[in-house]
Amino acid sequence: MKRTALIVVLLIGLLLAWAARDFPSWGDPDAPASSSPVSSHFIASTGVDTEVPNMVTAVLADYRGFDTMFETVVVFIAGLAVVSILRGGPRRRTRDREFVVDFEPDLIVTNTVRLIVPVIQIFALYVLAHGHVSPGGGFQGGVAMGASFILIALAWDLKTALARFSIDRCFLVAGLGILIYAGIGLFSMILGGEFLDYAHLAKILPVSPEMARYHAMLGVEIGVGFTVTAIMFALYASLSTDGRMRDGL
Amino acid sequence: MGLELYNAMILSLLVVVAALSLAIRDLVVSAMVFGVYSFLMCLLWAEMGAVDVAFTEATVGAGVSTVVLIATIFNLKRKAKD
Repeated sequence: MKRTALIVVLLIGLLLAWAARDFPSWGDPDAPASSSPVSSHFIASTGVDTEVPNMVTAVLADYRGFDTMFETVVVFIAGLAVVSILRGGPRRRTRDREFVVDFEPDLIVTNTVRLIVPVIQIFALYVLAHGHVSPGGGFQGGVAMGASFILIALAWDLKTALARFSIDRCFLVAGLGILIYAGIGLFSMILGGEFLDYAHLAKILPVSPEMARYHAMLGVEIGVGFTVTAIMFALYASLSTDGRMRDGL
Repeated sequence: MGLELYNAMILSLLVVVAALSLAIRDLVVSAMVFGVYSFLMCLLWAEMGAVDVAFTEATVGAGVSTVVLIATIFNLKRKAKD
């Protein structure tokens, strides 16, 4: 059986390698991705329309804002599914564990984490808030923020981390993130535009329509960051405890 | 020339690491090797100028997904049977 699988994998690998010859070479100006009018439109008009230097963020959060909103919803639903499936599952696997959780947190580890967690969280906020200008944004900042809570759980125990960020609060924050995103979209709809058409927010903000799009992008990135932070921690807490939310790693 | 050497090095390392992560029987080591794979992908993205993708790969792929894999292995048998 294993040998058959290996042969199939190798054959498909060869097929893919053979198909990869048709790819345009890297940085080819005649490649479909480079010559398409959509690419040149984004390159030419991102700076004019939104005043955002980082084109990737502008495309993700503004031009394709609808797409990113439902990506956030996908993250939310995935986290919800993992937590609810594991919580409802049968209680049997504990005896399979080969390791016993040491409940005495290590002095050196906890003190290092004490020093490093604020730095990680500040960096996460920077990545989130600076996502227009430099690489980064809601997803990356949110993951870094969630990782800081996971680090607390690893250094002390899960109970310490859950005391700061309980699972119920996780899902509250995650839902709030989506509400922020959709709320900004809905707000621009109320002000006369289409859903997620941020330029119309300029009617109530004391800025130009371009800067309104700039600031609204920050708003939706904050929403994405909320959801991703909460779901990453909820995923870790649920998976490391087999859904019981105690005696975890 | 230097860039091509760098690419060739990373791509060949990627193949080695991908095969290793499947071949290793110890799941914790396998998860760590998978993290190395993600980090190599991150280097490749960064080298191609897709810095946003590289950042996501570094945080999600090399960071959190390795932790989540290890957290899952914590509740399983550490050695793969087959």
